[in-house]
Amino acid sequence: MIANATSPNHLQLTRDGQLRHFLTLDGLGRELLTDILDTADSFIEVGERRIKKVPLLRGRTVVNLFFESSTRTRSTFELAAKRLSADVLNLDINTSATSKGESLSDTLLNLEAMASDMFVVRHAQSGAPHFIAESVTPGVAIINAGDGRHAHPTQAMLDMLTIRQHKGTFEGLKVAIVGDVLHSRVARSQIRALNELGAEQIRVIAPGTLLPSDVESLGCTVEYDMARGMKDLDVVIMLRLQKERMEGALLPSEREFYRLYGLSQEKLALAHPECIVMHPGPINRGVEIESAVADGPQSVILNQVTNGIAIRMAVMSMAMGGQVAERQQKLTELTERGLA
Amino acid sequence: MSGFKQSSGASLKIIGGRLLDGHESETSNSALLVRNGRIAATGDEALKAEADQTLDADGCVITPGFVDLCCNLREPGNGQKGNIASETRAAARGGYTTVCASPETSPVNDSRAVTHLILDGAATSSPIRVLPVGAVTRGLEGEMLSDMAGLAAAGCVAVGNGSRGVRSARILRRCMAYAQTFGLTVMFRPENQSLAADGYAHDGLVTARLGLLGIPEVAETASVMEMLLLAEETGVRLHLSQLSCGRSVEMIADARRRGIAVTADVAMHQLVFTEDALAGFDSRFHLRPPLRSEADRKALLAGVREGVIDAIVSQHLPHDSAAKQAPLPATEPGLSSVESVLSLGLLLVKRGELKLTELVRGLTSGPASVIGRTATISHDEIADLCVFDPEACWTPDCQSLISAGLHAPILDQALTGTVRLTLVDGQEAWASS
Repeated sequence: MIANATSPNHLQLTRDGQLRHFLTLDGLGRELLTDILDTADSFIEVGERRIKKVPLLRGRTVVNLFFESSTRTRSTFELAAKRLSADVLNLDINTSATSKGESLSDTLLNLEAMASDMFVVRHAQSGAPHFIAESVTPGVAIINAGDGRHAHPTQAMLDMLTIRQHKGTFEGLKVAIVGDVLHSRVARSQIRALNELGAEQIRVIAPGTLLPSDVESLGCTVEYDMARGMKDLDVVIMLRLQKERMEGALLPSEREFYRLYGLSQEKLALAHPECIVMHPGPINRGVEIESAVADGPQSVILNQVTNGIAIRMAVMSMAMGGQVAERQQKLTELTERGLA
Repeated sequence: MSGFKQSSGASLKIIGGRLLDGHESETSNSALLVRNGRIAATGDEALKAEADQTLDADGCVITPGFVDLCCNLREPGNGQKGNIASETRAAARGGYTTVCASPETSPVNDSRAVTHLILDGAATSSPIRVLPVGAVTRGLEGEMLSDMAGLAAAGCVAVGNGSRGVRSARILRRCMAYAQTFGLTVMFRPENQSLAADGYAHDGLVTARLGLLGIPEVAETASVMEMLLLAEETGVRLHLSQLSCGRSVEMIADARRRGIAVTADVAMHQLVFTEDALAGFDSRFHLRPPLRSEADRKALLAGVREGVIDAIVSQHLPHDSAAKQAPLPATEPGLSSVESVLSLGLLLVKRGELKLTELVRGLTSGPASVIGRTATISHDEIADLCVFDPEACWTPDCQSLISAGLHAPILDQALTGTVRLTLVDGQEAWASS
């Protein structure tokens, strides 16, 4: 077959299989994912020090390119970059250049002229970081901080870190993802990561209007009835429900959604007694989740936020390492050919 | 071979090669004599005849010139994406001698004036025949009927909706009833717009994984069913264009059995690629209708083989590079395909998915009959011919493509099948150097 689509892995991995961009979890093997988790573990300790800095990205410039607004993700990326000793520039593009009609390609050209080493990209369109990685000059690492409905790989990895901290392993785990899977980049990345890391069962629990066609092809089973879906669960991940879903005739009302798919103490009691409750935030209390559950003993929602910094430090340092190694390799090859 | 543009009295003799005219199985060619724009002699008579020039077509296939029912020349109005001169020259290189120009220009071809503009442009700058398709509604807005009779009188071969839907079934019914009055063929791309909504990719495995907005299969099939029922009721000659779903083929076959006058086409890229082409967010494969599943591709191929689908079209839609340089959802749909259709078709032949005779039928006699024309190679016929070498290699790249659109389906990879000579009215429209 003359497939000429560039697979994401030609783009995000070096020839030696090291990260050079971090765009999606598609095609990343268990070893690499575990490597990210282990590296993040080692950075957790940094956050507990009095001086919370390591010099891994000293002298590097990281640009947070947020085409879609975000508080939590952007601030944890910023903290992660600063703890790695990088210089950080935050750009909220949705309020500047593109609203003046500048194309994404032109915006990028201007940013490249500032000689940055890494772009952390959030964009409302699926595939935007992929496009940017293809368009920028070699040597600039692209980290996906969430694109459209496609992927949010750092969020999924921080969730995996949280699960591993509480459960020790992924083998044998039964995990459910509840709510608006259709619009969720987080869910897509989580399903991918859980499958690769060896979770036993991944269930998605939602009404038919909030599930993509062929969702089972992602490696999960569909459950419409939450009570049945909660049975024996080790991990339940609640997704955020955007208010505008009611307008598109995807749901009748928040009330009905909460009654059927909201996580109450009653429903949580149907899961394994040590089931942990997760949510990528920001949470809608009384829509996806009851306050008593969100703040309860089984909730690990705040651990997720802390782990977010460590995961982002891990991914940023690994991608920069891959870029440097690649440059070194090219230089060596040129020297060998006597061209340097 | 270049320079066969002399006075109309000049003659050309093509010797050797295989003759294939889409009607019968292939025969070996001893000789063809082209004189005064027509095929003046064949066989031994041609072999013996004197000619000003001779082309040795050994190893080549000689067919009637290709006919494209769906081609966007972009003129008037979209000069940055292409023009009649660039796109018809690209088509001539692809082996085409006739292209139907989509009504989706700017302004839309919904009046005699625009039709004349296109025909005048073609007369001065096109090496091949350009047959405009008129807009079925004014401005293609799906609200008021266009002057269909006037468009036909000005030279439109059919009326159609381009790539835009007709939102209201009531208007669609009236379009058909009015077109039927004048014996016009309506060319519709079936798409239910409310079901397609904001989608831009096949609603299936790849959209599930990549989080793209899907266009469900039913956006096409519901529209095909509606159009078939309306065609049955109004009696119009309906041509369903640019199909993408296997189910559509079934419904058309069924309608034909019931005696409905319906023909159909499919774009070559739908026969070669599937939704997988989008797996790396490759914006070239942002197409409308979208590339669908492997099962759909197979069913469309079967439709071509069995003759349910009459024609293979290029659906050539050139763009400036900025239109494709953005994240996938923000790009414009369409491929610059007219130079690659033959090579992609030969790839299918090589894989055993299509016979060469079926390919040639889909590119020549099939589409010709949809617009009431013929495409045969016989004595005294007009000499619209294509001579191609099925084994010669070429590599489409940004330097070598003629079309203003550089987003060809295959780039920087070798393909086989090059056109050596395209003749229109016996005159050279393209000759490889």
